[in-house]
Amino acid sequence: MVGEKESSSPSKRRDTEKRKLQLLNMFPLTVENKHVAQLLLSTGTCPRCIFRFCGVDFHAPYKLPYKELLSELQKFLKAEEDELVSEIPNPPPKKIRLQEPEDQIDGMDSLSQNGEGKLSVTEDGSSSSKNSNLNVCNVCLGILQDFCEKEFIKKVCQKVEASGFEFTNLVLSVSFPPQLSVREHAAWLLVKQEMGKQSLSLGRNDIVQLKEAYKWITHPLFSEELGVPIDGKSLFEVSVVFAHPETVEDCHFLRAICPDCFKPAKNKQSVFTRMAVMKALNKIKEEDFRKQFPCPPNSPKAVCTVLEIECAHGAVFVAGRYNKYSRNLPQTPWIIDGERKLESSVEELISDHLLKVFKAESFNFSSSGREDVDVRTLGNGRPFAIELVNPHRVHFTSQEIKELQQKINNSSNKIQVRDLQLVTREAIGHMKEGEEEKTKTYSALIWTNKAIQRKDIEFLDDIKDLKIDQKTPLRVLHRRPLAVRTRIIHSMETCYVDEHHFRLYLKTQAGTYIKEFVHGDFGRTKPNIGSLMDVTADILELDVESVDVDWPPALDD
Amino acid sequence: MSKENPVKTTVYYSTLTGGRIIPCDNTGSIFAPRRICVITLAGSHPVLQSGKTIKSISYQISTNCSRLQNKVSGKFKRGAQFLTELAPLCKIYCSDGEEYTISSCVRGRLMEVNENILHKPSILQEKPSTEGYIAVVLPKFEESKSVTEGLLTQKEYEEVVVKRLKATTAAS
Repeated sequence: MVGEKESSSPSKRRDTEKRKLQLLNMFPLTVENKHVAQLLLSTGTCPRCIFRFCGVDFHAPYKLPYKELLSELQKFLKAEEDELVSEIPNPPPKKIRLQEPEDQIDGMDSLSQNGEGKLSVTEDGSSSSKNSNLNVCNVCLGILQDFCEKEFIKKVCQKVEASGFEFTNLVLSVSFPPQLSVREHAAWLLVKQEMGKQSLSLGRNDIVQLKEAYKWITHPLFSEELGVPIDGKSLFEVSVVFAHPETVEDCHFLRAICPDCFKPAKNKQSVFTRMAVMKALNKIKEEDFRKQFPCPPNSPKAVCTVLEIECAHGAVFVAGRYNKYSRNLPQTPWIIDGERKLESSVEELISDHLLKVFKAESFNFSSSGREDVDVRTLGNGRPFAIELVNPHRVHFTSQEIKELQQKINNSSNKIQVRDLQLVTREAIGHMKEGEEEKTKTYSALIWTNKAIQRKDIEFLDDIKDLKIDQKTPLRVLHRRPLAVRTRIIHSMETCYVDEHHFRLYLKTQAGTYIKEFVHGDFGRTKPNIGSLMDVTADILELDVESVDVDWPPALDD
Repeated sequence: MSKENPVKTTVYYSTLTGGRIIPCDNTGSIFAPRRICVITLAGSHPVLQSGKTIKSISYQISTNCSRLQNKVSGKFKRGAQFLTELAPLCKIYCSDGEEYTISSCVRGRLMEVNENILHKPSILQEKPSTEGYIAVVLPKFEESKSVTEGLLTQKEYEEVVVKRLKATTAAS
């Protein structure tokens, strides 16, 4: 119209068109895409990959059934140029009108009468579809053909349900064989060349990624089949790994051209990882690539194989505080040369129950410091956290956790547990904080070689913030570095027992070796009780009275 | 009381899994808890007999080697001076002019020497088995079993000392 501004850039026009098409639920390709679509279809590319290379970036078209897509595509290609929608003043009906097929459309000499191009019947191509016109796509190797349709998804979901995991959402992780990137690259070069002829400006970034399109189609199918939403942050992961043994060597030529992309690393089975292949594709020059790899890629005989379908649940964390009432219980299993030296351990007595109830594969036990085999932990107990690896059951009410705590406490009198609760991974930091910074209180039963009276120990009550230097105790020197540690004894309180015994209550900095503070460890802890009292002293019993960390939060039972 | 009243032997030795003694020519004695060997003088050593006064102790065992220079780092105790059974640890100089060299008696890495006896040599005589220790040695993991097997208990050691005494008196 006169005076009206011309439409903005071609790309903006294209976008507007697409949106309108989307609204009208129409076939997403326009006249601009025709040559590229024709070329790709005739060289063995499936409809969904064709959409990707035409920059179709909304989900709806991909979700249509394969057969429908194929026939719509064929109709689109048969139609006259002026029949095709380029502007939409009056929206045509849903299906594109058929016209008599033209023998030649713009140089596409290789087209056969019905516009299907070079498609041929294959013996063992598609897995489930019996349509003789369906080839294995030369770009996606079947991923966007059968492997994104309901039947396959159902198979995967059956496996997921059989695995026995409890989940309320999931994240899907798919792994494609690296040679797909090579084929994608080849297809892109082909498309780029064709668009150059038409001076179209579809950039590499307008091409929809294979994995993205795959997820657009499959996420709703998974959700529907399993009844849970897909959530990128979910701890429950379903992973599907595809392989294509037939074309494994497609990548190998890259190593000759970019050898430093493919350095063998220890844990890799093959150097041709997706990352390495991508790196090499970014580096390689177009001419060099075209010399070594066919553009378009050739059609494979078979679709991808499914290498594995695995489910795994991220770790969950359970925290609490434990008391230890045995003087004969190590914190972790004590095994030397395959022989168990002492029965059981703190961590096993607590974790074995959790392992069972959470149906986890394994556990990692950690605590805010620890005590020796012969030391009891009294008072509020010592904070601990248990990581349960790959749990099959993760949802528990606070009532159920309370019952679990009761079960643990009923099963042993050597340990008791309180404040048992589920916590996040981040919360563990609070516990380790305590290990370095907070104070601990102890009570020790001390023996002296010289006979003592009440007045001989009273002075200890008045000593505040005593600095001591401790060389690494001899009893741990075989497994710890030799060093001197300065520690502070904040306060002490004595309780006379008899001429050779008294109880000492101490509040100390974290990391203080109490036993060595009492007997002096060959004079390597200075000062020590023996040196302060000018006697030979030894420790008969030690108890942890409190671990002054205010985590995990106390629960009122 | 959960433990027996220990007047003669202190309980913390039991956490050091019992003392063992090796009869070297110069009668150095060792306690060996968890592979760690503490080198001390055994009861029959001349320096510990009454009447002896120590003038000084030196860890300089040769022009190039001082045990004081020993430095270890890390969990695996890298940098330690390696000792054979006859490697000298220190020299003790007495006021009567006598000089005694104390050997390691144990093969292994030198962890530390006791600097307290440098400053106050009398500790060596007053508390030879505890604060007056000479050195700490860590044998190689593979050799630690053979080291402990060569050691004697207190009782066995006393029998050896008695035998030795009888032999010397018989000879004289």
